[in-house]
Amino acid sequence: MSAVLDNPIHDEHEHHGPPKGIARWLFTTNHKDIGSMYLWFSFAMFLIGGCMALTIRAELFQPGLQLVEPEFFNQMTTMHGLIMVFGAVMPAFVGLANWLIPMMVGAPDMALPRMNNWSFWILPFAFGLLLSTLFMEGGGPNFGWTFYAPLSTTYAPDTVTYFIFGVHMMGISSIMGAINVVATILNMRAPGMTLMKMPLFVWTWLITAFLLIAVMPVLAGVVTMMLMDVHFGTSFFDAAGGGDPVLFQHVFWFFGHPEVYIMILPAFGVVSQIIPTFSRKPLFGYHSMVYAVASIAILSFIVWAHHMFTVGMPLFGELFFMYATMLIAVPTGVKVFNWVTTMFRGSLTFEAPMLFSIAFVILFTIGGFSGLMLAIAPSDFQYHDTYFVVAHFHYVLVPGAIFGIFAAVYYWLPKWCGNMYSETLAKWHFWMSFVGMNLAFFPMHFLGLAGMPRRIPDYALQFADFNSISSVGAFTFGATQLLFLYLVIQAIRSGKPATDQVWEGAEGLEWTIPSPAPYHTFSTPPEIK
Amino acid sequence: MRSRLGLGALSLLLSAFYAADVSAEYGVNMTRGVTDISHSVYDLHMTIFWICVAIGVVVFGVMFYSIFKHRKSKGAVASNFHDNTTVEILWTIVPAIILIVMAIPATTVLIDMYDTSDADVDIKITGYQWKWRYEYLGQDVNFFSSLSTPKDEIYNAAQKNENYLLEVDNALVVPINKKIRFLVTANDVIHSWWVPDFAVKRDAIPGFINESWTRINEPGIYRGQCTELCGKDHGFMPVVVRAVEQAEYDDWIIQKQEQAKAAAALAALTFTLEEQMQRGEEVYLKTCAACHQPNGAGIPPAFPALKGSDIALNDIQKHIEVVVDGIAGSAMQAYGDQLSDVDIAAVVTYERNAWGNDTGENISAADVVDYRNK
Ligand code: HEC
Ligand SMILES: [Cu+2]
Repeated sequence: MSAVLDNPIHDEHEHHGPPKGIARWLFTTNHKDIGSMYLWFSFAMFLIGGCMALTIRAELFQPGLQLVEPEFFNQMTTMHGLIMVFGAVMPAFVGLANWLIPMMVGAPDMALPRMNNWSFWILPFAFGLLLSTLFMEGGGPNFGWTFYAPLSTTYAPDTVTYFIFGVHMMGISSIMGAINVVATILNMRAPGMTLMKMPLFVWTWLITAFLLIAVMPVLAGVVTMMLMDVHFGTSFFDAAGGGDPVLFQHVFWFFGHPEVYIMILPAFGVVSQIIPTFSRKPLFGYHSMVYAVASIAILSFIVWAHHMFTVGMPLFGELFFMYATMLIAVPTGVKVFNWVTTMFRGSLTFEAPMLFSIAFVILFTIGGFSGLMLAIAPSDFQYHDTYFVVAHFHYVLVPGAIFGIFAAVYYWLPKWCGNMYSETLAKWHFWMSFVGMNLAFFPMHFLGLAGMPRRIPDYALQFADFNSISSVGAFTFGATQLLFLYLVIQAIRSGKPATDQVWEGAEGLEWTIPSPAPYHTFSTPPEIK
Repeated sequence: MRSRLGLGALSLLLSAFYAADVSAEYGVNMTRGVTDISHSVYDLHMTIFWICVAIGVVVFGVMFYSIFKHRKSKGAVASNFHDNTTVEILWTIVPAIILIVMAIPATTVLIDMYDTSDADVDIKITGYQWKWRYEYLGQDVNFFSSLSTPKDEIYNAAQKNENYLLEVDNALVVPINKKIRFLVTANDVIHSWWVPDFAVKRDAIPGFINESWTRINEPGIYRGQCTELCGKDHGFMPVVVRAVEQAEYDDWIIQKQEQAKAAAALAALTFTLEEQMQRGEEVYLKTCAACHQPNGAGIPPAFPALKGSDIALNDIQKHIEVVVDGIAGSAMQAYGDQLSDVDIAAVVTYERNAWGNDTGENISAADVVDYRNK
């Protein structure tokens, strides 16, 4: 194989190396450069959103108001959610897509490189705008990341307008990114790479991209309706003018529910690459994995109102959304069973990517269990808008999406930078994150069941102990991420050189090219067996 | 919780088991509550919980078995299987069946919850930023219920009492063993009225009326909170319900009706500036201080200062108008139907004379009536 590849790569490398300096990053159309920028950007946002989370946890460490006033607390919960969802998780997955999809399907680059550059460069402006509202008169958005009207329209601070523009920009960026992914996967696969031969990461991203294209315009629509209500005298969401505040929630969650799968499907893909490698055994049930992801994606369009069981929908509506939601457990279960069976009778080793992947399977499943509980409408009346829900979605997002991203970074970093990371430090990172995260979020189940509502800056005395534990966990988890930053930089600068194969059991086109991956790869399509 | 954390996720699951057992004492599980519905909800919750635990034990059991037995370091050699149609069909169908079994009781309970017919008592609940209003339909009883925890406790200047943040000035009083229907709505933003012991949670949505009901089996005091983010003081609008025997309830209703008459009679009297200031301060601290702050400085720009404000120093008519009719499209509510004419006159007088706003003017209930009649 390497004989086939060497020549073209070398030619390309000599003639078009990357330009030097800032211009390289501003004008780059190279999928690897853009992927790296996405990943660094997302990590910066992760730290900023993390600081906001720590502000929240510091205030909640003890009952009473100590550090911040309720107005600011609400800005923190809102911004933490927005930054983590749109700034940290989504761009990280786009970064991975950029780096990996062309290498996995044997394409020289993304299909639309200039648009790729633009989708990235919109983001710093969108988030700059959003973050700047914190320093404006009246403060930043304070209506929760779900921004329910009329709290976010009639009763919103003036900065809501910047928030709306920020969301529009993020939406444009995501849609362009998604179009690019679809175009690349459908048009740029190397000859012989049939759809059913694609690595699962590529499959999950293809499906995610379709979800994005379907729902980001809905988000754009709902914020535009808000803009009209705020500035142009319409009453989409104002009952006094004939509008309907519940309409907002329907439209929002029509976007919002597929959105949660947008944040998790690529992580499914990552884990489906990693577990077979470190089990030294092919993925169990490749076909059913693909079908499961596709059915989850389709079902995600008909379950949105399970976020709204208490708004007073008619009985039939409640029942429909309850049944549909329970149904999602079936394909999700299939995925979990497949991962576990892949490990079964394998030959397992536990390097950092595998540790994060195993934790992913276990903890995501726990999040799935609480999700199943939340699907039962009558019980949801007790869980809804309490810390039980906070525990649930942090279990699917932190050890789900975020552990998935960590796993991916450890797995492919040697290919990206050509050096190995320090396995010892990575193990520390894993165990500290694992303990910190569980300490932070597990007690939240208890808090919610015992009756603590979410989004409150202060709480009754019986909630004090679990809140303190949770805060300690959150700070542990947060501090540990600085270790991650350190060890990534250490690997890039001075890690041991990696082999081309990197991992003993790894399979796929990306492992056939040299480490570090040359600036241009697969200028001539590889041969697929 | 014990110190089993090192064992990782399995121990977490175990701690959840353990937690479920000691639920009542430590507040780690859902309350069973005091209504038939809340009992059914609790049972559903526990059933689905144990189903999840059982699935978890099997799945994680297999996984940990592999983790311990099939390690490369122990010389495990990977086999190469990657498909098995029978197994795959089985683990699609079995969960589906479990789900159907689960959906049946859930449906029954939900249908029960939705049956709001034949109520004995009807109570309209309205969410305001940040308090609740309770109206007993057909009884002429109607009052506001807001947090009664002192600011000093919140700001850690005083010892916090046992019911910190879960106490109100006027609790909702209801009879036990009667079907009580709640008609839930809101005046400004969306709130949500929740009492865990009844398993009743309903969103209070401006412009819409949601229905819900309960029948309480045991007398007692039941506490809950607003559960939909509703702005600054979302964390400070608790719900307190006192459930009493029918006889006590009847007495209470009569007493409330008499209080209302006495309050109406006040409108005919005239008060000195000092009396007005005293009443006005009470009303102000209770009703207005959350936004305009006790010292009148407000929290600009969201909530304007009244101290030295143009309206509070000059145009009396405008001042009465703002308080009675509110300011459309802002958090400033119309207090005309929340406060009596006497209280409105008192609070306006207070605002025009407190914090160095020394206009010396004394506004009477008659002035408010005049404004309303215009
Ligand atoms: C939920 C928060 C809130 C509460 C409670 C509240 N206000 Fe206001 N108030 C506002 C806001 C916001 C404005 C400014 C509205 C605008 O101009 O758009 C305002 C404006 C006013 C003004 C006009 C001030 C000026 O200079 O323009 C007066 C007078 C006033 N309020 C009196 C009261 C009184 C009396 C009460 C209690 C009975 C009260 N407010 C309770 C939020 C509140
Ligand atoms: Cu509220």
